[in-house]
Amino acid sequence: MSAVRAQSYLWLAQRASAAVLALAVIVHLATMIIVVRGGLSAAEILERTRGSIGWAVFYGAFVLAVAVHAPIGLRTILAEWVGVRGRPVDLTLVLFALALLASGLRAVYAVTRP
Amino acid sequence: MTTATLAVRVWRGGVDGQFHDYEVPRRPAQTVLDVVTYIQRRIDATLAYRFACRVGMCGSCAMTVDGRARWTCRTHVDTVARAGRLEIAPLSHLPVIRDLVVDMAPFFDKWARAHGSFVPTASRRDDYARITPTTAARRAVDAGIECIGCGVCYASCDVVAWKPDYLGPAALNRAWTLVNDTRDGGQAQRLQAVAGDAGCHACHTHQSCTERCPKQLVPTAAIAGLKRLVARAAVRGEIQ
Repeated sequence: MSAVRAQSYLWLAQRASAAVLALAVIVHLATMIIVVRGGLSAAEILERTRGSIGWAVFYGAFVLAVAVHAPIGLRTILAEWVGVRGRPVDLTLVLFALALLASGLRAVYAVTRP
Repeated sequence: MTTATLAVRVWRGGVDGQFHDYEVPRRPAQTVLDVVTYIQRRIDATLAYRFACRVGMCGSCAMTVDGRARWTCRTHVDTVARAGRLEIAPLSHLPVIRDLVVDMAPFFDKWARAHGSFVPTASRRDDYARITPTTAARRAVDAGIECIGCGVCYASCDVVAWKPDYLGPAALNRAWTLVNDTRDGGQAQRLQAVAGDAGCHACHTHQSCTERCPKQLVPTAAIAGLKRLVARAAVRGEIQ
């Protein structure tokens, strides 16, 4: 794949992940506020999330969007403000994306596993 | 006749130059270009600056006035001088040749890189193309076609400063007018040229170009249009 084509896909991926994040962050914050104001304890929250396919899918999508969005944005920041770019940077950011995905999915599993 | 004067700081020399101070008489309806011309003709004939039409058509007299890129021939001193002071420097993001003159070659080279020239599809034996003025494509062309190539948008763009290979607002605006020109035959190559990290995708939509364009054009909208078309082309596998 040519560099320009790959860059075009990266832009699309960032826009698409931003759309997911916009919705996911609102739902997440609203849920947190409702839960805290409702006075639920950590154990009571886990009781509701454990085994929930809905929450697993929602937070799984959230984590995936973060893992796509953050490294692409970081790539632009590194190029524009630090002046570093190229294949080594891109490969490092792929590893960063995988680390975000792994740690995020681990957290999702911890709160939604049966 | 007023005897008030204006304290003017003018950049002298190349990149390593410095500001020099001048006293210039205030005149009614005086423009910043009038001020620079007064200095060059009455105080220091070695001052280098560039201008041609003096009426906002040629795009050659743009400079940095009190830290902001402006066309100097249509900028009245009354609107920019604070407390009788004015600072005039060359345009940002372009190599300084001397004093207030910058090398515009990198700016126009990017127009060429963005495929900013018309690619004809008809010959001289064909009839005139008939373009309905009310179509969306022609209206998009009309919205951006009055660019005079002054470089104000380019000098105002943060992304150009951060990413020197970025094509910049003027070149992308030019490409957008040609993308919407139904007579043009170079669309695939043009979309290819404006895609990627150095092209339309680099724009952060800060809109400095739009805010400062002296012709009230909206390069931000042109770049957004290119982003949409390039994204569509990428999905279809048309970006190589």
